[in-house]
Amino acid sequence: MSLYVKIKKSYADFTLEAEFEAQNETMALLGASGCGKSVTLRCIAGITKPDEGLIVSNGVTLFDSRKGVNLSPQKRRVGLLFQNYALFPNMTVEGNIMAVLSKRGGGRNRREKFISLAKKYYIEGLENHYPAQLSGGQQQRVAIARIMASDPSLIMLDEPLSALDSYLRWQLEDELARTLDGFPGDALYVSHNRDEVQRLCDRVCVIDRGLFEKVRPTRELFESPETLASALLSGCKNYSRVQRLTDGRVRAADWNVDLECAKPVGHDISHIGVRAHYVSIISEKEPACGWENAANRVNKFPCRVLRVIEDVFSTIVNVCPLGSDPELDFSRIRAELPKGAIGAAEEGNIVEAVIKPCDIMPLRALGHQR
Amino acid sequence: MDLFPLYNSLRVASISTFITFFTGICAAYYIARAPKAVKGALDCVLTLPMVLPPTVVGFFLLKTIGPYGPVGSAALKFWGVRMTMTWYSAIFATTIVTFPLMYRTVRGAFEAFDRTLLYSGQTLGLSGTFIFWRIMIPNCKQGILAGTVLAFARALGEFGATAMVTGYIPGRTATISTAVYQLWREGNDSLAYKWVGINLTISFLVMMTVNMLENRYDKPKGAARVQQADK
Repeated sequence: MSLYVKIKKSYADFTLEAEFEAQNETMALLGASGCGKSVTLRCIAGITKPDEGLIVSNGVTLFDSRKGVNLSPQKRRVGLLFQNYALFPNMTVEGNIMAVLSKRGGGRNRREKFISLAKKYYIEGLENHYPAQLSGGQQQRVAIARIMASDPSLIMLDEPLSALDSYLRWQLEDELARTLDGFPGDALYVSHNRDEVQRLCDRVCVIDRGLFEKVRPTRELFESPETLASALLSGCKNYSRVQRLTDGRVRAADWNVDLECAKPVGHDISHIGVRAHYVSIISEKEPACGWENAANRVNKFPCRVLRVIEDVFSTIVNVCPLGSDPELDFSRIRAELPKGAIGAAEEGNIVEAVIKPCDIMPLRALGHQR
Repeated sequence: MDLFPLYNSLRVASISTFITFFTGICAAYYIARAPKAVKGALDCVLTLPMVLPPTVVGFFLLKTIGPYGPVGSAALKFWGVRMTMTWYSAIFATTIVTFPLMYRTVRGAFEAFDRTLLYSGQTLGLSGTFIFWRIMIPNCKQGILAGTVLAFARALGEFGATAMVTGYIPGRTATISTAVYQLWREGNDSLAYKWVGINLTISFLVMMTVNMLENRYDKPKGAARVQQADK
């Protein structure tokens, strides 16, 4: 089971250049809204025609601009779960699924197939309901059962959880995980939510304004993002533009300090990123907090506390390095500390921020160089 | 009282509504999907009969299907059929005048149709025919019914173009609207009032039907049973 996609499609305001390969896995396409995630799915499904390129699924060429191959959506065996589920409102649950079963490989035993699908996706008892009578979660189950009825070799989920409220989300995420595990073919999971991707997908491809970055294992993306876009999508909060000084040293222009980096700083590095819970704050009154090893305190610089926010399980302190302007967005540093770790910090106080060299992530601005 | 005009009006309106029902839906379907430039041009041409005075439509029709027109003379020559001044001449006139009503109403419904339903049908392997008849048409039912009823009502009331191509021959081409005109010209007010009454009744029934249909289809299918489903 495999999927290879390399396509190009130009629009008035942006160009989509997708290239990735999936091998027997659940792969995530992670990107901010409007970056071209949905268009990519539509190109693979055959709803939108790419300008040029090649799409091969399980050895079958779905689209090849050079050879003039462009299979109709009906022939592609690609299941696409739409964000709004796209159930046919004029048909009952049974009608929705039976319509697909009788068209595709249902044969005589389609009634039994329907019953087993209804059982597998927990829609028994809803057979005679219309989509308008179902909750969001029920609609999603019906939509997935309907896709499975069409016997796809590849399934694609377009932000399947974003239309649901948070309580339902958890429950449905569990069900989705089970569906994805049980599905023999590849699955593409489109989302802008890093948590979902982290929990549900093996590998991830970050999309930045139509450009696809290198496919990486999901865990690796969160541990060491290499580009600004992937760092942003992985939830990193603090950034500064940098000038490279040496292989292991940069000048953080927005923070107005020189910092040491454990990771090598290449010539193409334009930013650094630091996750909020890797920033330690030392106030003068309370000597150490967060990071105890005093001997290694490089990358220590004075800051003014802008705001202290009590979150549910942590304390968030926004600080601004003394040498920079707190009105600029990049100049603020957000530190997430264990609750109670910094009792004495108040707005206006001068504290010291410490960042371990190994916690600094050197980032490239653009990720499409392969 | 001779009820021929009522019979003739209903006959003409039914046949022309039957024709515009299919041609209107087809035109709406293809034009809703057409590229922008084609869409604009075709839309203008197809909507023209709605904004032109019916007499202009009648004039063009006479010039086409009249005994000296290209189509009319050919029909007369090959089949010996006269296309004007007969009861069915009115069908040509009413079809052309009512077509835009059907076409525009249905096109609006098609354009408002959620295209993801269409796409999901395609990716699920359903044929174009199935998607059109079983998904698109049922979900655009309201617009299609409204268009049909409006077209029928307009066909019943058509006067200008009809009068020009059929004239007024009692017992042969008379319709309700031409009868009212003729009776008024003859000063036969009492009979004219009767036909006016019939006309009012029919129009009232048509509008009642439209309103009933709208109320019925305002709710999504099965919405009335939601409470039952929730428990």
